[in-house]
Amino acid sequence: MTHKKIKVALAGNPNSGKTTVFNAITGAHQHVGNYPGVTVEKKSGSRRFQNHELEVVDLPGVYSLTPHSVEEVVARNFLVEEKPDVVIDIIDSSNLERNLYLAVQLLEMGVPLVLAFNMSDVSKARGFRFDIDTLSKLLGAPIVATVGHRNQGIDELLNTVLLTAAQSNGDRKVSISYGKEIDRELQKLQAIFVSENETLSSHHRRWLAIKLLEGDTEVQKLIDHKGLKNVDNLHDAIERSVTRLEDVMGDHPEILIADRRYGYISGALKETVSSTVEQRKTTSDRIDSVVTNRLLGLPLFLGLMYAVFHLTFTVGDPMMGWIEEFFGWLGGTVESWWPAGSDSALKSLLLDGIIGGVGGVVVFLPNILLLFLAIAILEDSGYMARAAFIMDRLMHKIGLHGKSFIPMLIGFGCTIPAIMATRTLENRRDRLTTMLVAPLMSCSARLAIYALIIPAFFPQTWHGAMLWTIYVIGILLAIVSAKLLRSTVFKGESTPFVMELPPYRMPTLKGIFIHMWERGWLYLKKAGTIILGISIVLWALTSYPQKAVYDQDYEAAAAQATAEYEAATQLLDADLAAAQALLEEKLDSLAQAQQAEDMAYSVAGRIGHWLEPLVRPMGFDWKIATALIGAFAAKEVFVAQMGIVYSVGEADEESDALREKLTSNYSPLVAFCIMLFALISAPCMATIAITKRESNSWKWALFQLGGLTVLAWVVTVVTFQLGSLLGIGV
Amino acid sequence: MPLAMAGMGHHLRVVKINAGHGLCERLSSMGLVPGAILEVLSNGFRGPMIVAVKGSRVMLGRGMALKVLVE
Repeated sequence: MTHKKIKVALAGNPNSGKTTVFNAITGAHQHVGNYPGVTVEKKSGSRRFQNHELEVVDLPGVYSLTPHSVEEVVARNFLVEEKPDVVIDIIDSSNLERNLYLAVQLLEMGVPLVLAFNMSDVSKARGFRFDIDTLSKLLGAPIVATVGHRNQGIDELLNTVLLTAAQSNGDRKVSISYGKEIDRELQKLQAIFVSENETLSSHHRRWLAIKLLEGDTEVQKLIDHKGLKNVDNLHDAIERSVTRLEDVMGDHPEILIADRRYGYISGALKETVSSTVEQRKTTSDRIDSVVTNRLLGLPLFLGLMYAVFHLTFTVGDPMMGWIEEFFGWLGGTVESWWPAGSDSALKSLLLDGIIGGVGGVVVFLPNILLLFLAIAILEDSGYMARAAFIMDRLMHKIGLHGKSFIPMLIGFGCTIPAIMATRTLENRRDRLTTMLVAPLMSCSARLAIYALIIPAFFPQTWHGAMLWTIYVIGILLAIVSAKLLRSTVFKGESTPFVMELPPYRMPTLKGIFIHMWERGWLYLKKAGTIILGISIVLWALTSYPQKAVYDQDYEAAAAQATAEYEAATQLLDADLAAAQALLEEKLDSLAQAQQAEDMAYSVAGRIGHWLEPLVRPMGFDWKIATALIGAFAAKEVFVAQMGIVYSVGEADEESDALREKLTSNYSPLVAFCIMLFALISAPCMATIAITKRESNSWKWALFQLGGLTVLAWVVTVVTFQLGSLLGIGV
Repeated sequence: MPLAMAGMGHHLRVVKINAGHGLCERLSSMGLVPGAILEVLSNGFRGPMIVAVKGSRVMLGRGMALKVLVE
């Protein structure tokens, strides 16, 4: 029994169930990373099978292996450089013809190939019958039927992988003929290689010739770098071949070869595939006639979006309540570790800094997870592709891509996964534009601020409308900004919109939970790391330096209150409970007043004062400015900070005490402006950091930060000034 | 005629694709090669359209649909 490590690569079209098979093979033994230099995810895992150690890499889903997109380049480079022992091509067997296009290219490359005919339950249901043996011979690779989401056929697949790995290299290769003319030109090119380099196998030479004839830029670069003696000869020969073929056949070799591949596939399938059921409209098509209907499509889509958001808020609210209670309890427990009324820095750090800060983020987790759950269901069922179709026309008008709408949707949960979701946009201009405007989709962190302000300043019946207004303003600003960006900074052609419409599928429970968690986890990580760190920093900034001499002599006042209490309890008809309550109230308000003085004296307070002239045009004062400093780290922190500035102690967005303070200090117009500013300004430091990572440059991240801040300032100033002038809400 | 002008339900054959390399290859890998037979499933004459080709369904933006010539 040998303990041999076998390197396996999984290739396949998007929507072929590749990831499901990968999960079935590797189970929990998975790891996600990045291919160096690009933001393409690298999923790898391991599996022990019959005493062998399998190292499995899930390559990005691709339709082809040309150098035209990052995913394809990554996939191909992996195959060429890492030389896996076996490559499994996951194929949607209910859709053989197109899926085999990739398989044929893998055959051309000569990699040790195993074909997994996945989704074989669907193809069986559709009445397809395959002559596996003949097909396998024609394609030069073993075929295994699998049903990924039911874990069927996996063991047989792995068995075949082992057998293939053990085979010697020479015998398997199948050579496809591209027709007399092309084959002749290929021979000519291959001849040049022979004279240069005998170490290349004949099969490899043929592959290189095919690529060069197609005009593959990556392979060109590779050849040029190898320093062949006859490089110029080679270039001339390629040019001659291409010209000749264009003249004789009427098209560029790239198209001719593509056509021949399909020809080969259809020939092989004609011999080996029979279908017993008349292929007419499938169920998916019938559903689509309603879903993508010109008249019904958009209303249906809007209805679904409304349902999604309604779900996240109504179902999520009770859960938010539980989490709030938990943190309240936690705070109480921690507080009880110290004697009442004591003034410890550590206690303050734990309570105000950490529990307050982190709690404010985690409380939104139910909302976010529900939103991501809904999105995962829409994606896995195949609806998202239809949504992109419906949205494409609108998106096109603002200069964006149909696919841009998905990151925007995710942005309503949290901007961070939204920015990461822009990876699906191939065009850099589309991608950057979407990344820059994504923060204008009001995320759930800002909801805390709205939840605090709206009930405080506006009558009950206006609540829904106000919230809706804020969200819509965000969306409108995003549209305008995108249009502006696309006609100035990111001027240029948008990526042509070509997207597969996968058949509707029943999402698996496991699948949607995994997808939901992948994004929710990012939000939690933000809470656990950045927010925790920032909460501590902010706590320091707002607690220090501490005043030595206060405006009010708090100690004396506290002593007096205690004395009064003692006196009151001596009386014969003393109401002990009332006296106690009175004492606590007095001590509390003294402590809070002291806190407020401290806050004004602290670093954060001073910065707030210093910023005051800048925020005055918006109607803000230094207190709001101070809270906004904290909010830059994470918007949720704004509420807690306002609580401290107004000496309301531990405040959250439900705090009536804080709301009272706000209404007595600010007008509804100012309150609205606060919400506007929160909406438009950069959501949080983490967003800027993610933008930097996804765009690979500080330039765009800082542009995003600067742009959003300036936009926020301008819009809010205009709103406030105009409102004041017209006397609205003052 | 350009695919963009095709009516719903029509079965057509791709004749030529007026596009650069990258685009051509992209379309090829989705099944749209000269000689391929497709069926128009949805064409609103504004915005993208949906065609069935080689067993799968593909969405094409208007701009793309104008570059694919069919008969």
